[in-house]
Amino acid sequence: MRRDIFQAIADPTRRAIIALIAMQAMTPNAIADNFNTTRQSVSKHLRILTECELIKQEQQGREIYYSLEIEKMKEVDEWLNQFRKIWEIRYNQLDNLLLTIKKQKK
Amino acid sequence: MRNDLLFDFTVDKPAKTVYITREFDAELPMVWDAYTKQEILDQWWAPKPWSSKTKVMNFEEGGRRFYAMVSPEGQERWALQKYTSISPKTNFKFLNAFADENENPQLPGSEWDLSFSEESGKTKVSVSIYNESLERMEKMIEMGFKEGFTMTLNGLEELLATLLRK
Repeated sequence: MRRDIFQAIADPTRRAIIALIAMQAMTPNAIADNFNTTRQSVSKHLRILTECELIKQEQQGREIYYSLEIEKMKEVDEWLNQFRKIWEIRYNQLDNLLLTIKKQKK
Repeated sequence: MRNDLLFDFTVDKPAKTVYITREFDAELPMVWDAYTKQEILDQWWAPKPWSSKTKVMNFEEGGRRFYAMVSPEGQERWALQKYTSISPKTNFKFLNAFADENENPQLPGSEWDLSFSEESGKTKVSVSIYNESLERMEKMIEMGFKEGFTMTLNGLEELLATLLRK
């Protein structure tokens, strides 16, 4: 199964989970307490997030804690950058053009 | 890019909307013209190395702009923009769709909303682009970016397919 960061953030519950554990590592139970869905459905989301390598598990005594691999989020930023770049280039061209027009008017 | 000029770019994925705000060091009428007159528009609209070529443009409500992005190899990608609302020097809206060379649009398209305002000689342009589909957003990238980004796009295609299957 091939999963990636975009699959991780495609679901609103998963985005909420990401926001939750961005602050601190949490146990599955503590995470589930924040949602109205079943434990199973939260577990499923956690599994997908783990497969996307956005979160990692850590055993502490009898509890499993989930925490965020925040570096992975950079991939989203890189993806967005492509759009941003088009507009940057386009608008820089407009900057230059406006400057030229201004000079011609003088 | 000039650092003293505002440039904000946000993608709201759930809303399928891209927001772009940019300031220009020029007075509003000049910037408005740059967006609404074909001879000026064609000089900056296409990110290099592509160029923009407008075949038809009548800037009025119900009017249209039919233009192509031309690649360095001469490959043409046509698009059709239908102006749905115009408030001179303030705002205009259009529906944008890719098209073939005979002006047949490929729907769905995107809805563009552009607002202009001026403050102390600087003009701010805020654009919002609502896309019916993510797939289309990907195509938008491809139009201006094919050359250097082919590899990235192949990856992108894959991940969008994954995303859309959901």
